[in-house]
Amino acid sequence: MPCVDSSGELTPTAGKILTAMTTAMPLSEVSRKTGLALYQVRSAARELVEAGLVEETDGIYIVADAGHAALAKMPGKN
Amino acid sequence: MEVTTHGNSGFPRLGQPAPLFEAQTTQGTIRLEDFKGSWLILFSHPADFTPVCTTEFVAFSEMAPEFKKRNVELCGLSIDSTYSHIAWVRNIEKNFGIKVPFPVIADLNKDVASLYGMIMPGESKTETSRCVFVIDPNGILRAMIYYPLTTGRNMQEILRLIDALQMTDKNGVATPANWKPGEKVIIPPPATTEAAEERMKAGFETKDWYFSKKAV
Repeated sequence: MPCVDSSGELTPTAGKILTAMTTAMPLSEVSRKTGLALYQVRSAARELVEAGLVEETDGIYIVADAGHAALAKMPGKN
Repeated sequence: MEVTTHGNSGFPRLGQPAPLFEAQTTQGTIRLEDFKGSWLILFSHPADFTPVCTTEFVAFSEMAPEFKKRNVELCGLSIDSTYSHIAWVRNIEKNFGIKVPFPVIADLNKDVASLYGMIMPGESKTETSRCVFVIDPNGILRAMIYYPLTTGRNMQEILRLIDALQMTDKNGVATPANWKPGEKVIIPPPATTEAAEERMKAGFETKDWYFSKKAV
C-alpha cells in the first residue's frame, strides 16, 4: 500500500491510517476503525514505520512526530 | 524479493505451510503473512488484456463480497508488470463497470510463480496457468486447483470449496460429492470394531458402518 505519492504527499489511504493511529492501537483496531482489510493495514503499517511516520511498540502503533507533520500537510487539514 | 520454501522442493504440498513471499502488487508491497488470520485465495492467470482472463477477473470481482463474508481475501498474479495490471484493471472498470477490489501480483521475474508451480512448460513457458491456491488463516495450504489456459474457472466451485473447508474445520466432518451448504455431511468412519458397532446404533443416516451422514 504505497503511503506517499509522487509529489511526496500522503496517499488518501495512508492519511486514513495515520489519522486512526493518532491514538495508540493494534493493527486489528486500525482495520476496524478505517474499514480497510487487515492485510492492507499490515502492508501500509510496515511502510509507514520504515518511513518514520509511525512508531511501533509490542504490536501497538502510534503516529510519530514526522507522521503528525505529514498529516498536517494533507489537503483539507489546514 | 525474499522467498522461503519451508524445506519443500518443487511444488507446494497440501497440509504444509504455503511458501512465503513478498511481492509488488497493484496495492503496494504485500507479504503472504499480511493475510494471517484470513483465508486467502491466491490465483494466477496467463496474461493481462486477454479475454478469458478478463471474464475471470470480472467474475472474481463480482464474487468478492461473498468471499469477504467468509473471511476470504483474494490475490491475483501473472507475469506482467504493475503498470500493465493497473492499465488492465482500469480497462475492466471502464468496459465492464466493475472495480477489481483485490491486489494483483506483478511477478515479472517469476519468483512467486516458480515457488508455487504455476508455470506449466507444456502449456507455456512465459505464462502462468490458471492456478488456485487456498491458504487458511494459519498459512497452511489447504487446496489447489489447476486449469489450462483455455478454460475459465468456475467461481461457484471455488466458493463451494471454501464453504466445504470451513464446514470441515468447524465441525470435524467431511463433505460428499457435489455437497452444498445446507446439505448433510459425512461423519468420519469409525476406527475400531467397537466404534463401528456403536455407529450402527447412533441414529445417524447410516448406509453401513463406514458410511454415515448427518445434518449440521
